[in-house]
Amino acid sequence: MEKYYHSVTLDKDKCKGCTNCIKRCPTEAIRVRDGKAMIINERCIDCGECILICPYHAKIAVTDPLSIIDSYPYKIALPAPSLYGQFKDIKDINKILNSLIEIGFDQVFEVARAAEFVSEYIKEILNSEGVKKPLISSACPAVVRLIQVRFPELVSNIVRVESPMEIAAQLAKKEFCAKHNVSQDQVGVFFITPCAAKMTSIKNPIGNGKSNVDGAISILDVYSPMIDKLKSNEVKSLQEASRAGIKWAISTGESSSLGIENYLAVDGIHNVIKVLEEIEDNKLTKLDFLEGQCCVGGCVGGPLTFENSYVANNRIKRLLKDVDSSPVSEGELIEAKDEIIWKLQKDIMKKPILKLDANINIAIKKMKEMERIYRSLPGLDCGSCGSPSCRTLAEDIVRNNASEMDCVFKLREKVRYLAEEMIKISDKIPTSHKEDKDNDA
Amino acid sequence: MQNNTQEDIIEIEFPIKSGDFVAAGDASSKTKKLLKQLGIDPEIIRRAAIACYEAELNLVIHSLGGSLILTITPSELVIKTQDIGPGIADVDLAMQEGYTTASDSARELGFGAGMGLPNIKRCADNVEIVSELGQGTELTITIKTNK
Repeated sequence: MEKYYHSVTLDKDKCKGCTNCIKRCPTEAIRVRDGKAMIINERCIDCGECILICPYHAKIAVTDPLSIIDSYPYKIALPAPSLYGQFKDIKDINKILNSLIEIGFDQVFEVARAAEFVSEYIKEILNSEGVKKPLISSACPAVVRLIQVRFPELVSNIVRVESPMEIAAQLAKKEFCAKHNVSQDQVGVFFITPCAAKMTSIKNPIGNGKSNVDGAISILDVYSPMIDKLKSNEVKSLQEASRAGIKWAISTGESSSLGIENYLAVDGIHNVIKVLEEIEDNKLTKLDFLEGQCCVGGCVGGPLTFENSYVANNRIKRLLKDVDSSPVSEGELIEAKDEIIWKLQKDIMKKPILKLDANINIAIKKMKEMERIYRSLPGLDCGSCGSPSCRTLAEDIVRNNASEMDCVFKLREKVRYLAEEMIKISDKIPTSHKEDKDNDA
Repeated sequence: MQNNTQEDIIEIEFPIKSGDFVAAGDASSKTKKLLKQLGIDPEIIRRAAIACYEAELNLVIHSLGGSLILTITPSELVIKTQDIGPGIADVDLAMQEGYTTASDSARELGFGAGMGLPNIKRCADNVEIVSELGQGTELTITIKTNK
């Protein structure tokens, strides 16, 4: 059994036990128990929706501190393209890349550059015989995990190509080691991440044994040190990524780099769910490719970004206008293919969470009980019981994880019933007492 | 067909309103979730979801309203729709791809391409239609789950 690792965790001291996160969670993975939120490990997909909604900032993403880079003699930064949209009045991406060097990295390898390779690999798969369509992008790990738990039948539609982050890590290490003649274990590669989901992917990769990335540092943690260094006038030319890769930061970036027409680019996890439902129902028969991104606006909307998604989107678009580097060449592609692992090595597991019981007879019994309980609940979905809705409470009860008295309305009903019974009883004069009196007389 | 004790049969009814495109699809998405919770084979869920959706939409588009009743036993799913409505004049003709009597307003919404019943037939193990002109239609779709 695979151990669970989640980047998204709870800061217990800050949690007030309110219902905001349980309501927003797309996989109904959170309950409030004993006055604190509790994340159900097998359901959590690390999308970060709860981080965005929590008014008390009690939901946090565990990422690596910037100091982690000091544990390697050589350190390479792998900036997500969404980083480029975080800084005001920056017209040259080189400035951003240089400031990464100034905060302590020896080298920068743009994940956007690796994204160009990934686009080419996806194109190749799209054009191959007998491929199951629509192909679903594997770039957003939260969406991949969403499919594993809520749409297991669509697991086989996920394109079996490594994410740009993993490709970048491999290319960066290869390049650096060859150039400086050092061994791979001396080099640490660190993803500068807009989200928690990527951190989880590094610790617990989907479809691969071990990640090539040595750590993930939140954009929020490099933001302030980078701002200080952006003022520096010395700007070396480091930028290699072209438009096709950089636009992966925003929704439609990936699909528009594939040169196809029948694609959908969907952003926001709840919107992605709607479209996956339709794919499951065979309603989108002409669709070739789905780019689903958990965060609104794409990766620029990640929970660990500083700037709001729309502002960052606009900045990326403006930066794209001035990008003059050229896309990856055929030669580079062929060379890279021999040197790196670009296909997912392991099967993506189905991890259905909805099943009530492995035995259908028992499952039916539980479902009948669930329906009965559900009908007896008020249907207000108030969340006071700690479950996101009355339906989920009914489910939690048949799974033995809650009781009917967790519902405040049921409890009130019961208290009233008991109170009425008490009054009734108190009205009755105890017979023995009466008899005693009679006897005395 | 095996005999089921009352205990392992589950029956759920969804009322369906005529012309209600806002709620159209609710019964089938709820059905899909129920089937996932029961751990039914994904391929069967897919077929059931398609058949259910088409049947539900038929009531929304063509009838004056009715209901969809889902019955699940350990060996099969039965999706039954009962409606009050015009009935089907020629059942064989309605089973043909592309034949439609949908109104222009329904077709403008992208429905009524004449694929409903043929699609249902493709997904089901058995389809029965009992229809009376001017009265209504009863459609029974059976999908075996333990093949």
